[in-house]
Formats: sequence, structure tokens, C-alpha cells
Amino acid sequence: MTYFSDVRALARKDLLLELRAKDTLPAMLLFVVATFVVFHFSLPEHSSRLAASGLLWVAIIFTALLGLGRAFVPEREQRVLDGLVLAPCDRSAIWLAKAIATFAFLVAAEVVALPVFSLFFHGLRGATIAAVLLADVGICAVGTFLGAMAVATRARDLLLPLLFLPLAIPIVVGGVGAGVVENPGKYLAFLGLYDAMFALLCWASFEYVVTE
Amino acid sequence: MPVDRQYRVPLPALAVASLICITVSLVIVFFVAPNDAVLGFSQKIFYFHVSIAFTAYACFAVGAWKAFRLLWKRDPRADLESYVAVHQGVIFGVLVLITGSIWAKYSWGHWWVWSEDELVLFLVLFLFYCAYFMLRFSVDAGPQRENFSAVYALFGVVLVPVSFLAIRLAKPFLHPEIFTRHGANLGGWMLVAYLVTQPSVLLLAYTLYRVELSGKRLDLRLRELRLA
Repeated sequence: MTYFSDVRALARKDLLLELRAKDTLPAMLLFVVATFVVFHFSLPEHSSRLAASGLLWVAIIFTALLGLGRAFVPEREQRVLDGLVLAPCDRSAIWLAKAIATFAFLVAAEVVALPVFSLFFHGLRGATIAAVLLADVGICAVGTFLGAMAVATRARDLLLPLLFLPLAIPIVVGGVGAGVVENPGKYLAFLGLYDAMFALLCWASFEYVVTE
Repeated sequence: MPVDRQYRVPLPALAVASLICITVSLVIVFFVAPNDAVLGFSQKIFYFHVSIAFTAYACFAVGAWKAFRLLWKRDPRADLESYVAVHQGVIFGVLVLITGSIWAKYSWGHWWVWSEDELVLFLVLFLFYCAYFMLRFSVDAGPQRENFSAVYALFGVVLVPVSFLAIRLAKPFLHPEIFTRHGANLGGWMLVAYLVTQPSVLLLAYTLYRVELSGKRLDLRLRELRLA
């Protein structure tokens, strides 16, 4: 089998699993909408549009964390990861497939979340939507990688946000910047750069996370 | 058990050398270098602030380099060396935050200013490397812990330039007015003071690194002997 058919098979497995068990996506949807409602009450009357734009990114990061925390749970509970590592495929395919599946969940959650946001707060610019998509790539690339490390530790769910949030700060800067300035090109390019650099690093070093 | 490399410089000599160097730089900074014309006495913290910041970067770079060697060459000593370098980097990073906030207090009247790129970057790095310790201490000692620590330390090398760029990019919408630093034009004794302080702090960091490393190795060997 070629590399990409391995990736396709693994990603398909995750999507099918979600389609049948419905473990993650409903939780992410409920969480992101509940977060918006909490934000409504935490923003005082007449607070600026800009504040709401910033909070959108908080909601996205935390919703993504919810999904990423679940990403490797089936592998851990059924000890699938041992089998996958033994399988004659490149180890980075495991990461790529999981990142693609997580990306699909996150985009699916945002397809609902962004309209809800514009209904509750204010309309979104095209640049913001582009920034969200670019940010999702980075979030899923880095988050999946860190998620694979976190499930193998004693602290598990506790560790992922600690590992992930310092790395997510540049994503928030790029995303908020693209949403609020006149010329968002620079910020979108920055998000693209972030995605490329970290995706390459994760792809190259995933082997060390699952093997000893 | 990895065999100790035979270092040419023994630890006591290193300790004495760093004591002398730090004393000399303190003397030059406080008694020889003139006060800054605009900023006065408070500018003197800059010699240390900048030297310590550079040293912290150097420690993180060494930590990442050793991590890379561990993954690449499977060098058995590299794991501990990488960890100790990162540990020293975090200690110096905390000193950067402390000296930086003293400087902020005297210049702008606040203990924390978000407009100082260097300070914000060190705050991000501090959070990042604290997570490194959390990760390291929640995995049992062994090849898996070595791999996890090494990979995460390598993330740090990418995070430093990316965060630096991000903090710069955040300026237009977070802090439209930019404070300018006056300390850039160093001349005469001021330059000498910096050029003496910088290697002294680096030497101090190297000494501390060697002390911690030999302590950790001794600890490891004792534990192995007890188990044997």
C-alpha cells in the first residue's frame, strides 16, 4: 500500500468510528454554543465588537482542545496504537490521518459555530473565515501530535492544555490580527507559515512519540 | 551507565573563574562605566538583563541541540544534558522576567508592560518550558521519556522565532504606540561593561550547568547501585 492509501484508511477508520459512536462532535458543538452564551454574559453591555472577535478565538481553541483530548482515547482504551506501530506503514501516517480526522471534526463544529457567533454577536469578514481555516490546520497538526504524547503520560487529560496553549499563542495572534486589521494578508501569511513549520516538524518527529 | 566524559576544566577551577569574572563585571558596571545621560543609574540593570536573556537563549539552544543529538545519534548522555540545559534556561529565563519587570517599573512605573517584546516572549517561553517539566515528570524514566522530552525541546526552537514574529505582529492591534529604548547607543566603557558582563554570565551558566549535571549523574549512579 502506498503512503496515502494508509492515511486514507486510517482517517476513514476515525471518521467511521465517530459516525457510529458519536462521541466527540456533539460534545464539541454543545460546548462551543454554551461558551458563546457564557461570553454573552461575561461581556458588559456596549463592550466593543473587538472584544467579541477576540473571544471567538478563545472559543475555537478550547473547543479544539476538547476534541483533541478525545482524539487518541479509542487507541488508548483498545490498545490499537501498539497494533498500528507494528503495522508495516510509515508512523507519520498515523499522525497525518488523526490530524485529518480531527480537522474534519473541528471544521464540522465550526460550520455550526460561526453562524451562531454571527447571530449572537456580529457578522464575520471573509478574512476571519480564511484565518479560522488556516488556524484549524495548525491547531490539528500540533494538537494531534501533543495529544499522542499526553495520552501516554500519567497526567493524561490534564497535560494536553498545558502543552498546547503556549504553542497556540501565535495562532491566536494571527487569527485575531486577520479579523481586526484593514489588510489581513500579513496575518494570513503568518498563519500559513506557522502551519507549514509545525506540520513539518510534527511529521518528521512523530515516529519518536509512538516508538521507543 | 554512560561513562563520564573527561572534562579538561575541573569544576572548582570553573567556579573560581566565574566568581572572578562576575566580580570584575560588577565592578566595571557599577564603578567604572558612567551613568547613562538620559536614564541615569537605572540603566545599569541592562547590562545584566541583556546578558541573562542571551544566556537563556543559549541554554535553550544547547538543550535543543542535545535533544537533536539524542534522536539522531542515540547518544545516551544527551537526555540528561538536554534536560539540565533547559533547566538552566528556565532559571535564567525567570531572571530575565525579574530584571525586566524591575526595569519596567523604573521606566514606565508598572511592574509589567505588554509592549516589551522581550518580556512577553520570555513569558511565553516560561510557560512552554514549564510544560516541558510537567511532561517530563509525568512519564516514567526510560526511552519514552527521553523521546518525549527531546521532541518537545525541539518544538521550542521553532516556537522562539514564531512567537517573536507573532508578538511583533500583535503590536499594531495591541499597542499602537511603541516605546523606544534609549540604551542602544553604547560607547566607551559602557560597551566594555557589556562585553565583560556577557561572557561572565555565560561562564556562570556553564558552571551551573556542569554542577547540576554532575550532581544528577551522581544521583543516577547511586540509584542504580542501590537497585543492583
